[in-house]
Amino acid sequence: MTEVVVTGLGIAAPTGLGLDAYWANTLAGVSGLGRVTRFDPSNYPARLAGEIRDFAAEEVLPSRLLPQTDRMTRIALVAADWAFADAGVVPADLPEYDVGVITASHSGGFEFGQNELRALWSKGGQYVSAYQSFAWFYAVNSGQISIRNGLRGPSSVVVTDQAGGLDALAQARRQIRKGTSMVLAGAVDASICPWGWVAQLTSGRLSERDDPARAYLPFDDRAAGHVPGEGGALLVLENAEHARARGARVYGVVAGHASTVDPAPGRDRAPTLQKAIDHALADAGAVPDEIDVVFADAAAVPELDRAEAEAITKVFGPRGVPVTAPKTGTGRLYSGAAPLDLAAALLAIRDGVLPPTVHTTLSERYELDLVTGAPRRADVRSALVVARGQGGFNSAMVVRAPR
Amino acid sequence: MTRRVVITGVGVTAPGSPGVKNFWDLLTAGRTATRRISFFDPSPFRSQVAAEVDFDAELHGLSPQEIRRMDRAAQFAVVTAREAIADSGLEFEALDPSRIGVTIGSAVGATMGLDQEYRTVSDGGRLELVDHNYAVPHLYNYMVPSSFATEVAWASGAEGPSTVVSTGCTSGLDAIGYAADVIREGSADVMVAGATDAPISPITVACFDAIKATTPRNDDPEHASRPFDASRNGFVMGEGAAVFVLEELESARQRGAKVYAEVAGYATRSNAFHMTGLRPDGKEMAEAIRVALAEARLNPEDIDYINAHGSGTKQNDRHETAAFKRSLGEHAYRTPVSSIKSMVGHSLGAIGSIEVAASVLAMQHDVVPPTANLHNPDPECDLDYVPLVARDWKTDAVLSVGSGFGGFQSAVVLANPDRSAR
Repeated sequence: MTEVVVTGLGIAAPTGLGLDAYWANTLAGVSGLGRVTRFDPSNYPARLAGEIRDFAAEEVLPSRLLPQTDRMTRIALVAADWAFADAGVVPADLPEYDVGVITASHSGGFEFGQNELRALWSKGGQYVSAYQSFAWFYAVNSGQISIRNGLRGPSSVVVTDQAGGLDALAQARRQIRKGTSMVLAGAVDASICPWGWVAQLTSGRLSERDDPARAYLPFDDRAAGHVPGEGGALLVLENAEHARARGARVYGVVAGHASTVDPAPGRDRAPTLQKAIDHALADAGAVPDEIDVVFADAAAVPELDRAEAEAITKVFGPRGVPVTAPKTGTGRLYSGAAPLDLAAALLAIRDGVLPPTVHTTLSERYELDLVTGAPRRADVRSALVVARGQGGFNSAMVVRAPR
Repeated sequence: MTRRVVITGVGVTAPGSPGVKNFWDLLTAGRTATRRISFFDPSPFRSQVAAEVDFDAELHGLSPQEIRRMDRAAQFAVVTAREAIADSGLEFEALDPSRIGVTIGSAVGATMGLDQEYRTVSDGGRLELVDHNYAVPHLYNYMVPSSFATEVAWASGAEGPSTVVSTGCTSGLDAIGYAADVIREGSADVMVAGATDAPISPITVACFDAIKATTPRNDDPEHASRPFDASRNGFVMGEGAAVFVLEELESARQRGAKVYAEVAGYATRSNAFHMTGLRPDGKEMAEAIRVALAEARLNPEDIDYINAHGSGTKQNDRHETAAFKRSLGEHAYRTPVSSIKSMVGHSLGAIGSIEVAASVLAMQHDVVPPTANLHNPDPECDLDYVPLVARDWKTDAVLSVGSGFGGFQSAVVLANPDRSAR
């Protein structure tokens, strides 16, 4: 079957804009968490976020795009530019229908929607922006990236809560197997605004602590929810033959994927995360011993940490594989989190080093080999990335070192 | 041997009365379900008409708690999925749940719920720092529409690959294409796939007003949706859902299932041109049609009927007319083309699936639904749009297309699985 490789990475995270800044800070264990600055969080029970602090859209995007784009779209457009530059391609130079874009979304351009809803209810319908018809909706990032880069190939958008980023990458692999040479895939999310915050709070999963070093602690006895963040990653996926023919640098191979959804509560059936991992390994033709690191979902909700630790332990054995969660330094980036983890996994393969899980002290109740403190040297040939979404979504992806 | 995918169950919740039978009766009678908006007072708005579903969630078997936690679009999806599952005759309980997946298309998710809840937490738009103490507990499920896929998975017992596909107004076609690909690659054997949207809320009406995409023909709601007619001046918003049971062909045959159609070909392309605009040449839609036909191993001459996007905007009607000519050549002039949006409006992400339902019913009954309200075709739209009256027509292969904000152009080819391959 057609092999699909990753040849470009576009990264925008609270710990760094661009691949080099993100990776250096991630290895150094830098945290991007802090008190929310985009609005006054004083009256809300959760007050910390992983914000991107140094992004100036007006410096990098044409001014005509600003009134018609939500913050997440602006960040995504720039991450897309970086990904193509990193891959060494100008997509418009490729044959007309050879490049597509497939993104995941979590909640669309929520801040844009907030502002227009406010205009509607405080002033009236005639004050709603003409751009509201598309600027907030879930498909907007794929549409805008397609237009900016002249991408006429198969494009799509998936929404699978916080697991969707991997599903977008998997759909990109499907389209490349069906004949498209290249697909930009991944996700960027940003909904740190009052309306987004209030909606997030109802998930019941936000940390209400004020100390950034103690707020998001997966696999820790003190785990009490997560800190939301903004950003993500867009990756250039490419037919391996196509990449070889143009002499592209290859980060790794998208070797396997599977996704599941858990049964309804009260059904007396087992959760399905382990199945997603098993099936992703099978799809990659890999046995557990071949996996050199697991990038965990790391929910930091005790019950969810337990379920994930159990699934990893069942597949790999107690302390059978290094596990890490660098998202502790960025906060959870919603659909952007898993593509960023996948990018980090590819960089771990490139540099032979595992980034640490910051802030966390591993609870004795989990039989995990969690990478904490300093980064760990390791020969990384294959990595597993796990992502879960509210509503019972589980997605798992295996990447391998290039041949 | 490539796995083939067929539709073995159909559910429809369309404007007017829910259910497949009511939907087909409406279409074949050429009746319209468009009316003055009844959900709220539409008088402040430019466009005041919509195609609404007469939907009673409790009557359709949803429990009080389900009704409370689900937005109207999610309610449509669950009720419609149940109809499709029952219609398929497939014993879902006897299947391995990990081999069943869900793909639900939706353009705007829980817009109706979000609109209402924003109004409350902002105290009518007064508070910039909206008040979390007034948020409903399920607001997160409104924020993230993958909750629709969860609800359908719970209703069907699915534990396999499940997601929401959200590509604007092509969502309903793309969800079916996505699900068919998942079965073909072997990641699932059965997919519950379709699309839902319930966008008739003040924020949606206002935003389409702002770009004059919807019709201002408020004095004549029943005849307001007029695709391909020279007098058309915008679409009429609709709502609803259609959901299908998709199965691998061999297993469907083994259990003696009623097979409506094969999902024989699918493709999507983007115009990379404009978030809402279309170039008149229809080039990218024509390319999507060409690739979908190739995947189906059919020639243009094999297409018996085209279910058009037919939204009733001038730019759309001309764009897709050009796309049909470009992709099918002379055969475009010999093929009946119709837009059911003339009767059930444009339900954004849902309509693609509702149109696939109309297409498979056309194959089942050998009847092509008409384009209602088409009295004086736009001279630039010179194909056979089946005006006003349904037509008896032998239909073994259908092309259904969609076009959406974001530049998405999608095509699905449905065919009798026993057709002779080229």
